[in-house]
Amino acid sequence: MSVAMSSARVRRTPSRVDDIAGLGRVGAGLFMAPALALIGVFLIFPALWTIYLGMTNYRLTGLAAADPDFVGLDNYTQVLGDSSFWWSLRLTLVFVVLSGILGQMMLGFSIAWALRHLKGLAKSLTETLVLAAWVVPGSVGSFLWLALLDRRGGTLNVLLDSPGTAWLINYPMASIIIFNIWVGTAFSMLLFSSALASVPPSQMEGAEMVGATAWQQLRDVVIPNIKGHILTNTLLITLWTFNTFTPYLLTAGGPNGQSEILAVYIYRTAIPGGQLGKGAAISLIMLLINLVIALGYIHLARGKKKRA
Amino acid sequence: MTQSTAVQPASPAPLKKSRAGPILASRTVKHFVTRVLFALAMGLVLVFFALPLTWLVTAPFDSNPTMAVRWPDWTFGNFQTLLESPYALGSIGVSLILGAGTIAVVLTLGSLASYALSRVHIRGRDGLLYALLLLSSVVTGTAAMVPTFQLITLIGLIDTHVGVVLVLAGGLLPTVIFILKDFMDSIPKSYEESARLYGASPSQILRHVVVPIARPGLAFVAVWTLVQVWGNFLVPFLLLRSPETKPAAVLMYTFYTESGQVDLRLISAFSLVFSVPVIVLYFLVNRRYGFRFHGGIKS
Amino acid sequence: MNRSKNIGVTMSAAALVVILAACGQGASDTPVESAAPSAPETVSMTANAITGGKNAAEADWFTDWVKPQFEAAMKADGRDVTVVFEPQGVDDENYKTKIALDLQSGGGADIIGMDGIWVGEFAQAGYIEPLSDVAGSVVDEWDGWPQISEAVQNALSFEGERYGVPQGADGRVLYYNKALFAQAGLPENWNPTSWADVLDASRALKAIDGVVPIQLNAGTAMGEATTMQGVLPLLVGTGVELWKDGKWLGGTKELGEVLGLYRTIYVDEMLGDPIMQQEAAGRDNSFAQFAAGKIGILLEGDYFWRSVINPAEGVGNAPMADRDTNVGYALIPAMKPGAGVNGQDFVSMSGGTGRVLNPNSKNPELAWELLAFMNSADAFRSRVAGTISITPREDVNAEVLKGDAMLTFVSEEILPITAYRPGLAAYPEVSLALQEATVAVVAGEPVDQVLESYSKAVADIVGAENVDNG
Repeated sequence: MSVAMSSARVRRTPSRVDDIAGLGRVGAGLFMAPALALIGVFLIFPALWTIYLGMTNYRLTGLAAADPDFVGLDNYTQVLGDSSFWWSLRLTLVFVVLSGILGQMMLGFSIAWALRHLKGLAKSLTETLVLAAWVVPGSVGSFLWLALLDRRGGTLNVLLDSPGTAWLINYPMASIIIFNIWVGTAFSMLLFSSALASVPPSQMEGAEMVGATAWQQLRDVVIPNIKGHILTNTLLITLWTFNTFTPYLLTAGGPNGQSEILAVYIYRTAIPGGQLGKGAAISLIMLLINLVIALGYIHLARGKKKRA
Repeated sequence: MTQSTAVQPASPAPLKKSRAGPILASRTVKHFVTRVLFALAMGLVLVFFALPLTWLVTAPFDSNPTMAVRWPDWTFGNFQTLLESPYALGSIGVSLILGAGTIAVVLTLGSLASYALSRVHIRGRDGLLYALLLLSSVVTGTAAMVPTFQLITLIGLIDTHVGVVLVLAGGLLPTVIFILKDFMDSIPKSYEESARLYGASPSQILRHVVVPIARPGLAFVAVWTLVQVWGNFLVPFLLLRSPETKPAAVLMYTFYTESGQVDLRLISAFSLVFSVPVIVLYFLVNRRYGFRFHGGIKS
Repeated sequence: MNRSKNIGVTMSAAALVVILAACGQGASDTPVESAAPSAPETVSMTANAITGGKNAAEADWFTDWVKPQFEAAMKADGRDVTVVFEPQGVDDENYKTKIALDLQSGGGADIIGMDGIWVGEFAQAGYIEPLSDVAGSVVDEWDGWPQISEAVQNALSFEGERYGVPQGADGRVLYYNKALFAQAGLPENWNPTSWADVLDASRALKAIDGVVPIQLNAGTAMGEATTMQGVLPLLVGTGVELWKDGKWLGGTKELGEVLGLYRTIYVDEMLGDPIMQQEAAGRDNSFAQFAAGKIGILLEGDYFWRSVINPAEGVGNAPMADRDTNVGYALIPAMKPGAGVNGQDFVSMSGGTGRVLNPNSKNPELAWELLAFMNSADAFRSRVAGTISITPREDVNAEVLKGDAMLTFVSEEILPITAYRPGLAAYPEVSLALQEATVAVVAGEPVDQVLESYSKAVADIVGAENVDNG
């Protein structure tokens, strides 16, 4: 013990304030090794292989399966010149903004804000229901919404007394947007709930004492405190919503491609369409778009750090 | 919306005395209206989330369920039919095995890695993290399915649960590390400093100091992982062959009748049975830990 | 713990001794050829069927009849064979992907259930091989082949070689609701001889409130059902085939006629329900609607008769108690008499699934024995015992279809005049192009424009030099 203590005293003031646990580079490397190994084999390797596939005309069956040709960037030029790709991209962006950012985050935040002071039955009931929507498996959740929106016997038509309205056919984007909000709000709600709880109560009380309205409190006290959390949440929500495939179970890409978000577009190109090489190319394009989005957030986060 | 009592204006009261009566009245009315609107809004939110779920609790008990929610013709017959199906209950067991396995892998490797990333400044760690996060979106998509399948066949893990767990864990780890690192960043370092003073090694610090504080975050990650694994269809479908090894997510797709159409009785009963374990787990974890994203003592 | 472990070990040892003794016994009973006791063999099969789910009847037949019977037959021969069934029961696209991956990686079950239309692309990819290449010349000597007509064999053939054994045959007809016909003043024994006849009947049905006169599959939501129960039966009625002499059909005059009919039904005269064509469960809904008496005329396969509206207990999904008296069926007419392919007055389309042998199989001869066994007359008799369907064998059909007038009708009148889809790798994409053409027409686009887009789409798929634009 004394040896350890003396060595600790020697390193009393670590040269790097961040290396609290005394891991050092090697130690950190060891800690990260198993995770990196798993990721390396089961994530990076197939991902790189997929990127390579994107440059071939590989198909799962047919002549191109036996003997795929390396076509270089042909798939990419084809995809980027295909209007259905741009259409799908547009739909996906609309989907992400409306369902993810405006929908899940706003709703999640509002619920977290509203539940701040609530206790007891009301609070647990709300939290339970919101969480239940998120926790229920994707295939079950989508089936519940299929039942709700069914044209002939769905509960919504019964409630609104609008028999025969085909919600999924006439309003496909709205349907999947609202469905996705239903599914995903829980994550935002949890995150903001914790974030709000971490706002120093003293600041909140101070604001109330000087007569700030709720909106002003929000703007001047709460948001600056949880800015970091907002950014993290937005990034995750954006990426998840961008890549989600579950709406396929609801509309299968919508009547005539009207709700064909990118994940569905890739699926339909690769499986029913059989063009795996092209599907892989589109996946890479999607990855690059995600990268751009992520870089945007990093930029914002760094800006925040600089100002802090 | 705040529920606190009306903010007292700092301006001197006497000037307003003559108008105190009507102001108080209008304030109370405004208050009342606000509270009613608030209750209404919360009510709408509750209905929004509850409405689709009501089918899940009525249809399985209905002898002849329809798509609409209605008072059921009470019966347990659907569950009996489910029990007769040779694979139904076993598949839930398989889902539990896959879930538990993935959680174990992901929590162990994830906490080690995220702790190291959080505490040690390595150049480019942020970049690495984001890169991994982005790649995980490619691998969990459809296009990577052929490479994944070929890889698992090469390793010889086809038709094993281990293979499925490793693939799923590989796909989930980046997000888990991302969330956990964020979480660990906000744990105050004072505990670890004192532990270091007493000569604890890094792994001891991790096990005895950090993990107990980080439990809520780990619990959240565990539930999140289970939810992802529970509903995953593609990976186990492609990698597993024998019917006894198929998880519930795959089996759910097979509840169609001879003609390939949906049998609502089986689907509703199975959906309920399929959903219950995750909901129960969420409850247990919530009770024990509550879902919070930061640890340590609240400031 | 130790005690039960000891017991376990003893029991296993005892079991082992018993088995070895039995093997030894068996070996001594068999003729001189096999001197050593036969080693236990396994043969496996996979199909898109599962008990309690999709195609349950096939799954049950396999586990309840084929497995015990085959194992017993093998045992009588002194061979220890275990049959393993790997059920799937998911939707067709996912099933196809899975078997493709299995075959590609050198794995998969010994016998694989496959849709006939996939045979071409799987063969081109090198995943499957002709039956005789896999199991030897014993395949060609099978006594079942003479019972299966060449047209039906072709469903599982590619470039003249047999890759698998078909497990059924089917045909498409025009179903109609006799009660609605009576209400509209149409004859009970309806026999349309041209498209004009069908349109006239539809117009008469339009007068009835709340009834959709005719359901002709359209749109991409119904997938292959649009092509098989919509476009192709009409197309062969105009005298052309989708693929002939190496060329695919382009934007020809005949396809224009087909699309024109769609336009008449869905746009000009509103004789159909355009919204149902877009619903994800549109086809299922059309079944339910017909069963409920809300659709007058429906173009569907015999599968509709025996598996959907079948009133027998637990068989039909949308059973009609009055099916035998109230549901009529007629041959699909060509555009005009004599305008059909081969100069026919009436046309139809057939598909079919079957089973192929896995070239990666460790024991192809045994696999072929099981395959031949599954397709013997006895096997088919037991297969259709619960739910009658048309078998590929003429000898069995003559017996089992006696009780069902409709299926006899299909077997005797439709199979001789039916056509098949081209089993080539590009077919699924061309089929999709046809579906998208119907989408455009139903949405109101002018037929000429749709023909142009379709032509271009097909050229993109197969190369412009392989398209015949008439």
